[in-house]
Amino acid sequence: MIFNIYDFTSFTQWIDNLLYSNLSPFWALIVEMTLIGLVFLLGYALVGLFLVYLERKVCALMQNRIGPNRVGPFGLFQTIADLIKLLLKELISIKHSDKLLFNIAPFIVIIASFLCIAAIPFAKGLHAMDFNIGVFYVMAVSSMGVVGILIAGWSSNNKYSLIGAMRSGAQIVSYELSVGLSLITMVVLAGSMQFSTIVEAQSDGWFIFKGHISSVIAFVIFMIASTAETNRGPFDLAEAESELTAGFHTEYSGIKFAFFFLAEYMNMFIVAAIAATVFWGGWMPLHIGGLEGFNNAMDFIPPFIWFFGKTFVIIFLMMWFKWTFPRLRIDQLLTLEWKYLLPINLINVLIMAFLVLMGWHF
Amino acid sequence: MVEEIQKTIDTEEEYTINMGPQHPSTHGVLRFVVSLKGELVKNVQPHCGYIHRGIEKMCEKITYPQIIHLTDRMDYLSAHINNAAVCLTVENALEIEMPERVKYIRTIIEELSRIASHQLWWCAFGMDLGGLTCFFYGLRDREKILDIFEESTGGRLIQSYNCPGGLMNDIHPNFQQKVKDFIKYFRKVLPEYDQLLTGNVIFQERAKKVGYISKEEAINFGLTGPSGRGSGFACDVRKRAPYHMYGKVDFKEVLYTEGDTLARYKVRIDEMWESMKIIEQLIDNIPAGDYAVKMKPIIKLPEGEYFQRVESARGEFDVFIISDGNKNPYRIKFRSPNLVNLTAINAMSKDHKIADLVAISGSLDLVIPCMDR
Repeated sequence: MIFNIYDFTSFTQWIDNLLYSNLSPFWALIVEMTLIGLVFLLGYALVGLFLVYLERKVCALMQNRIGPNRVGPFGLFQTIADLIKLLLKELISIKHSDKLLFNIAPFIVIIASFLCIAAIPFAKGLHAMDFNIGVFYVMAVSSMGVVGILIAGWSSNNKYSLIGAMRSGAQIVSYELSVGLSLITMVVLAGSMQFSTIVEAQSDGWFIFKGHISSVIAFVIFMIASTAETNRGPFDLAEAESELTAGFHTEYSGIKFAFFFLAEYMNMFIVAAIAATVFWGGWMPLHIGGLEGFNNAMDFIPPFIWFFGKTFVIIFLMMWFKWTFPRLRIDQLLTLEWKYLLPINLINVLIMAFLVLMGWHF
Repeated sequence: MVEEIQKTIDTEEEYTINMGPQHPSTHGVLRFVVSLKGELVKNVQPHCGYIHRGIEKMCEKITYPQIIHLTDRMDYLSAHINNAAVCLTVENALEIEMPERVKYIRTIIEELSRIASHQLWWCAFGMDLGGLTCFFYGLRDREKILDIFEESTGGRLIQSYNCPGGLMNDIHPNFQQKVKDFIKYFRKVLPEYDQLLTGNVIFQERAKKVGYISKEEAINFGLTGPSGRGSGFACDVRKRAPYHMYGKVDFKEVLYTEGDTLARYKVRIDEMWESMKIIEQLIDNIPAGDYAVKMKPIIKLPEGEYFQRVESARGEFDVFIISDGNKNPYRIKFRSPNLVNLTAINAMSKDHKIADLVAISGSLDLVIPCMDR
């Protein structure tokens, strides 16, 4: 059987062979890229909508409320109704703003988050591209989003937006370091930047268990830093609504606002997916080295369920942070990064390198 | 207006932003013209009057029992306390002694509205600092007080329950039981507030040493209520000039000397405990008797000047009436604690960040309709 929910390799290979045997290599590549693009666009929209719904429900859970429950069963179609509303709304243009930059900004933000998905392995054999520098690629591409945010703040001709954008710039550029270093810690353990290799290396235990205390520290730092990098609470200074009304996207309306909104949620998904892949084994089921019976039982659950399960547990954690903690101030935010997270991180990389060198990891 | 704003800018590096009249953190139509240097606040110029209704002037045209319906709409979060101030002024002027029952009920409801007001302040303060969940926790508990009010007084937010000469109507038979249930419930729930916000590291960092004001400055600015007591200024009217039952009940005047946002926060949290203590002492011993004394159909104050201080949830609320012997006051003046507390905001927020300005104005617990009157 070609289609196997436990291993997509044969399925994707079959499509690949089918295209290349019927078309010239150029057109086969074009069709393949278009297909992947379509699947991702669809998945992007669906995951984005579901995350918005999930956030509302989780937030309602934290706040003694019910959350959306009128449109569709359990309010599931509420976000779709909201999307239709956003699509129909007027795109307000502002006087004395830089029209070109103003219109370009949401696309930069959304493209940055869109590019990241390419490298994420969703299940065994189910990823668009398996780079040998996957971790590095994700790091590089995800930091492009800040350019969009800065442009949005600058071109809006609004002081609140500019303050929000400047805060966001300072924040993302700083926290990029921590995200990178905590991932490097795990790259040292894995010995590879390729996501498929990283996942395969966790077949006898997830990295968070294999790397002693060092990988736990890296995971905690990654969670903090990535929450900050996605501009989510308690680090949502860029759009702190009690201070800056809506920060960098104050002046955006309709679908352009929706782009920022969607990008924020998708960034959260991407960050959670990377955390799940690098620290919790990605689509790899929970394996404990030596326990064959247990491992076989775990293998019975399909890999993509493992992947999405882990990702949504991490997303739930991030939502929990957001709805529990008050917001930090900009100087405290930068103090946290430069005075605490970065030095801890640097020492942590050294410890991990030492562990790997001595072969003390599991 | 442009020159006025320009005047606040010292150097070319500074720029101004308007916070308000429509802004999420001003809790109403207050407007701050803030001079900023980067993120640092250099000068804050409050502009009020956006919701000025001329209440003091309107009062000159209406009778004393009618005035309480306007004082309701000033500080709507401690409506009952404002009413009590007007009623006390009129009753003292006419030298009428209130029945014990009235004093007991007024004190209990005043303390309940103080708790309700502090609860709403806690919600809004948490939200100012970005902790949105606080809002729902506080409102959940405030709802219980509003239900008690609704049953006895007929109003939830503004009750108009006091009238010169006593109360509009007697308390509901369920009142005592419901208040006792609420106190039992709230004693269990109030520590949750601490768990959610007070103990949080981020909150502590945001509030500590932010918006410091010394005791001398606090007295000079006339800061009263929790804002003044956070700086160590013992200004509780309930202790200094007791009215109603406050002279006879045992409670502590909450004082903190740090003078920062955290101190003002803690004063309010502790005041909720003290209010519960007051209510517990009174609720079981409400004496039987009349809920109002018979007054003349048209109340006329003898010629003269009358003054009454009360402690509202936000500070000292004063009523000053000049009467020329008619059925309406010749001139009436309310001292709004909000307006006076607002004057300190520039001194408090100098060289802080914008985020701190939001925290500071939240810690002053401003109610704009009372400020503008």
